Amino acid sequence: MKRVYLDAATSMPTMEAVVKEMLPYMTENYGNPSSIHEMGRFPRDGMERSRKEVADLISAKPEEIIFTSGATESINLALRGTLPFAKERKKIMISKICHRSVRATATALKTSGHDLEFLPIDKFGMIDVERSSGIIDNGTSIVSIPFASNEVGTLQPVREISRISKDAGALLHIDLTMSAFQVPFDVTDVDVDLATISSPDLMGPKGMGALYVRNGTRITSLLQGGGQERGLRSGSENVPGMVGMGAAARIAKERMEETSQGLIDLRDHLINGLTEIPHSNLNGHPTERLPNNANVRFEFVEGESMLLMLDMNGVSIATGSACAQKTLEASKTLLAMGLKHEEAHGSLMFTLGPYNTMSDVNHVTGIMAEIVDELRSMSPTFNKE
Amino acid sequence: MVRLEYSKKVLEHFKNPRNVGEIEDADAVGTVGNPVCGDMMELSLKIKDDMIEDIKFRTFGCASAIATTSMLTEIVKGKTLKEAEDLTWDDVVEGLEGLPPIKVHCSLLAVDGLKKALYEYYRSKGIDRQDLKPNEEDDHDQGEEEKEVGPIV
Ligand code: FES
Repeated sequence: MKRVYLDAATSMPTMEAVVKEMLPYMTENYGNPSSIHEMGRFPRDGMERSRKEVADLISAKPEEIIFTSGATESINLALRGTLPFAKERKKIMISKICHRSVRATATALKTSGHDLEFLPIDKFGMIDVERSSGIIDNGTSIVSIPFASNEVGTLQPVREISRISKDAGALLHIDLTMSAFQVPFDVTDVDVDLATISSPDLMGPKGMGALYVRNGTRITSLLQGGGQERGLRSGSENVPGMVGMGAAARIAKERMEETSQGLIDLRDHLINGLTEIPHSNLNGHPTERLPNNANVRFEFVEGESMLLMLDMNGVSIATGSACAQKTLEASKTLLAMGLKHEEAHGSLMFTLGPYNTMSDVNHVTGIMAEIVDELRSMSPTFNKE
Repeated sequence: MVRLEYSKKVLEHFKNPRNVGEIEDADAVGTVGNPVCGDMMELSLKIKDDMIEDIKFRTFGCASAIATTSMLTEIVKGKTLKEAEDLTWDDVVEGLEGLPPIKVHCSLLAVDGLKKALYEYYRSKGIDRQDLKPNEEDDHDQGEEEKEVGPIV
């Protein structure tokens, strides 16, 4: 059976070239970079080279990159680490299109006396700039937005939100997790204080991430220990992981244009094929979207059933249906975009990677129509409409 | 997303659901909505001499909802009304060789659908069987209130 993996947003393979670069740092250059002796020097060099490679991806300075264990830690460090300096500013602003880890961190901070508010979003899953400008004010400590919705793929007006945040004197954190390997981002172009980058989402090793911290940003650590990473991330460094992330960032930057164009071609083909099925519609913005994201809702059918049928046919995807979530709640992003509960129910997320081909896309569009037909034939809501 | 550990039996019923459809001249129809996740299920029955002669279903829901309704129709087809009334979700779940705990509510829905159909049937005969009437609270609460996730020090 042909296997087609269209769930890049959930996990991607580590590039072989990356693994190759990592290996010597496990078996040969295994010293501790904090050691003064020769055996510490090699890993230290590798670590600093990688820091520069990650910094280059977003045109930052190497010292502005703090390596972490992944996007979740970066997000926690960005939000929790800056709050002690927020003084009388008590409002954290996030959005309903953010990743769960942003929402969970911000929600947890409510118990320590901070308010949490959501930026308004429109029907495309884009933050509404006009309405946001009134809400981000001088009581706002930090604004956290993703560069792109991880679910519907809509690219966000980061420049405008940056301007509004800066005018209000609030910090801005941008989550680059989903976009970093496919859409360029430049910290000299967008005024941002903190930015999260995830290694596995660059096709680097898992368990690695980084937080960009603009020079001069006041921030404290979450962990106490040996004071590594400018005191912001204590613990002996995961040098192989850093080297892998650096290599992935370098390759991502080199191939960015080619990657995006290739993904856009596949994505548009996929969206066209899927929306040809009657009563199916694209979720998210038609053009301002991640090159690798196609999120489509099929009316009268439920996502988990479709997901399982696709799985039985060798295709891996994800869904925003309530039935497939631990909480049995429909996707917050989709509901915030104004979709009805039933519409969120039939929404599927197809996310592509550089390893996907046109034949993968054709395979999926080919079987999707049959699956939807079959499930609709069992649906009591179908022919009653 | 949830990790789905469906039994072979559930997957088998999901792949080849029994008794799908709608009986045109049904003697009883039960339609229920799932208050937990917002799904829908419809059962139609043909009843003769206090026996379920035929039963068909349609479900808008997850694999577990489809499999449990399919299983339920298989169990009660050919049974007397009395036997059908006594059916519990345990019987359905047992027939399916278990369900992931988070999916048990879907099997409750299937049983509710059957009871509702039977309630409607008796009512059409002028009998008010309150004991068969499922209590309907159909609002799947999508409140804005954020759940607190762990304390912070
Ligand atoms: S029908 Fe929604 S979880 Fe089963």
